[in-house]
Amino acid sequence: MKVRSPEDLEKLRREILARKKPDRPVIAVCVSTGCSALGARRVVEALREELKKHGLEDKVEIKETGCMGFCELGPRLIIYPQEIPYFKVKPEDASEIVEKTILKGEPVEKLFYTDPATGEKIRKLEEIPFYKYQVRLLLENNAKIDPKNIEDYIALGGYKALAKALTQMTPEQVLEEVKKANLRGRGGGGFPAGVKWETTKNAPGEPKYVIVNCDEGDPGAFMDRTLMEGNPHSVLEGLIIGAYAIGAKEGFIYVREEYPTAVENIATAIRQAEEYGFLGENIMGSGFSFRVKIHRGAGAFVSGESSALMSAIEGKVGEPRPKYIHTAVRGIWNKPSCLNNVETWANVPLIILKGADWFKSIGTAGSSGTKIFSLVGKVNNTGLVEVPMGITLRDLIYKIGGGIRGGKRFKAVQTGGPSGGFIPEKYLDLPVDFDELTKVGSMMGSGGMIVMDEDTCIVDVTRYYIDFLSSESCGKCVPCREGLKQALNILNRICNGQGKAEDLETLEDLCEVLRAASLCALGTTAANPIATSLKYFRDEYEAHIFEQRCPAKVCKALTAYYINPEKCQACMICLRNCPVKAISGEKDIVHVIDQEKCIRCGVCFQVCPFNSVEKYSPPTPPPARYGIKVKRVKKGEKGGA
Amino acid sequence: MSRKVRLEIDGKQVEAEEGMTILQAARKAGIEIPTLCYNDQLEPYGACRICTVEIIKDGRKRYVVSCVYPVEEGLKVRTDSEEIRKIRKTLLELMLPLAPASGPLKELAEKYGARANRFQAEPTACILCGLCVRYCAEVKKANAICFIGRGTERQVAFVPEVAPYECPSCRQCYSLCPGGKIVEAESQGLLSMPITQKVARKP
Repeated sequence: MKVRSPEDLEKLRREILARKKPDRPVIAVCVSTGCSALGARRVVEALREELKKHGLEDKVEIKETGCMGFCELGPRLIIYPQEIPYFKVKPEDASEIVEKTILKGEPVEKLFYTDPATGEKIRKLEEIPFYKYQVRLLLENNAKIDPKNIEDYIALGGYKALAKALTQMTPEQVLEEVKKANLRGRGGGGFPAGVKWETTKNAPGEPKYVIVNCDEGDPGAFMDRTLMEGNPHSVLEGLIIGAYAIGAKEGFIYVREEYPTAVENIATAIRQAEEYGFLGENIMGSGFSFRVKIHRGAGAFVSGESSALMSAIEGKVGEPRPKYIHTAVRGIWNKPSCLNNVETWANVPLIILKGADWFKSIGTAGSSGTKIFSLVGKVNNTGLVEVPMGITLRDLIYKIGGGIRGGKRFKAVQTGGPSGGFIPEKYLDLPVDFDELTKVGSMMGSGGMIVMDEDTCIVDVTRYYIDFLSSESCGKCVPCREGLKQALNILNRICNGQGKAEDLETLEDLCEVLRAASLCALGTTAANPIATSLKYFRDEYEAHIFEQRCPAKVCKALTAYYINPEKCQACMICLRNCPVKAISGEKDIVHVIDQEKCIRCGVCFQVCPFNSVEKYSPPTPPPARYGIKVKRVKKGEKGGA
Repeated sequence: MSRKVRLEIDGKQVEAEEGMTILQAARKAGIEIPTLCYNDQLEPYGACRICTVEIIKDGRKRYVVSCVYPVEEGLKVRTDSEEIRKIRKTLLELMLPLAPASGPLKELAEKYGARANRFQAEPTACILCGLCVRYCAEVKKANAICFIGRGTERQVAFVPEVAPYECPSCRQCYSLCPGGKIVEAESQGLLSMPITQKVARKP
């Protein structure tokens, strides 16, 4: 049916709600990329089978939803209306879930979340520390919506903001509201979205375009994918409202081809929105018309840059343009084009519906609202988190993330993806917002947050990022193409123990030229990992260069493995696993590593059940002698760390 | 008649026409800014970054490339400072390993005190300034030469379907090449080489 007015929308919403009896059980299973990889599809099949067995297939709904957040404990599901959250669900659990929870209303204890600190089972999602400190404005509905069904979105009040904007507000009022809310670009730049909208609106030239940037290219970041997969209509609704405010009749959704589910779900969403009349001619009787096309990107990090993305939409190579005129003024085919990130657009319906003042009440003075982060690395709880701006890094890492894995020591947190900076321990109480992160040399970026512990070598990680950025450079300008290539050469040498005294100064010069002279933000921000690592962890560089030592014992050329004769139990496990047969030993005789043969792969270190393999850096372990008799450790008393 | 714009370059009041770049305005006023990938017959490309200058806008200092940045009323520009010299020096040091024999590069290197061996050498005789590619596309409209590859894999290559027919009778890009790559490439019979072969990377 076509929704022709706000009254139509409200009528439709009531109809949908009436059809979905509120007490009808719903099993919402997360089938987003993370949970699917852990077998969520098989869980869905098992549940369907089980419901059929009990003749419940018409009485209980199975909803395949987007990401629920605590990805490492997937597959995840929630049973409504009681809102019972289950974790790590296996297909074998299906019968118990149906028999106990669905039929008798009893919980399946073993599927609840166990607090690792207390060992207690937690029955409510909001009491789990991972969720307790979050404010899930954008992600909340993911667990309640089948992204392929527009009715689920409408039932939760979807497209109400659009109706309000189109019928109760002028485009100028919509623009003012977004400006007042101080919604800043979630793609990383933090540029006020309202100001950008206004620039495009006032720029000469027709037609004007609005664009969704879903070219999320940071390794380890999946905020945009999650929104596009789990709640595509929220992005679409934001885009339509933006188009109305700006006066655009055509929009593009640039989504990387590597996100097949996101492409599929947003395509379905567009089709359904057209069917219901939220897209097309004369939307909801307002006289406003708008169409959206999907542009599938070929997966280049640099294509996330606004001018490169627009070149790609034009069908050209995705390379940044050397222009100082903003794409908001001259973008696609030189027409005014307003590009915002997925998360930015998804915030728009909330602002229109609840008002700028409400939005500004969340977050800090300079950065309002929430931000989604993908919290990964050496923390206990990894996954997508949505927090109010201004939360401290410490709260994010320790309260939500549950602290560092294995009780190790925190070393650094890297925010903003590969071109962000390393933030050391002394800044853990820093409030996370656009301006504060920039002050310490990092950036918000799109919201990647990688936590590193004492076992991480900062020089090695910097090398990893520069390797990534160098291979993702478009190659057009000298600072980025040649500068990153030479920086990588230097970092490779340092990690190989061939660093020179002048290398640090050279790296600093490269940072300077990257920042000052690069054509686009890929180059200017690529200096961040080098500059912050040099600033906060210079001692690690110096150890590599002057002492031939890798303090974290990661860099292969600077590390040696040694079997401690006091601890070795001559179990032959390392000997059998060594890929180059560098370990000799026999029953009752302490094993010995031949340093000449050893390739420092670390397998012996990982497999030794007695922690008897030790790392030495500089790579000069004590001399080893073959033939030492094993000192037996009593049962139950392991070799110790 | 286009509108006049007044700006200050190196302390000198300069009058320029709207739509001009800082580089054009400076050259008109007799102020020299070094360039490598710039050619007044071609669209500005902004790849070599050697024409980087400093501007003061809204009280903030910024570095921009003068071959692209348009003149603005009241703009303050500095074309030479210690920082700019250092940026140009590092840029030259990054390009010299590619084309150590290039005349224009050597000349600038001497002026800015750039060391030829600061970075690891990878002599291809090509600094990827794109003059040949752009001249062929924009002026000759022949598109006989193009870029292939991305990032550090970027190369210049002849288009095998076009180059053997267009290039021998034209050769106009030869004199534009700062690295001498094109002459060398043709002498090696590379005009008819398939595009997939590494052309520019071969010394």
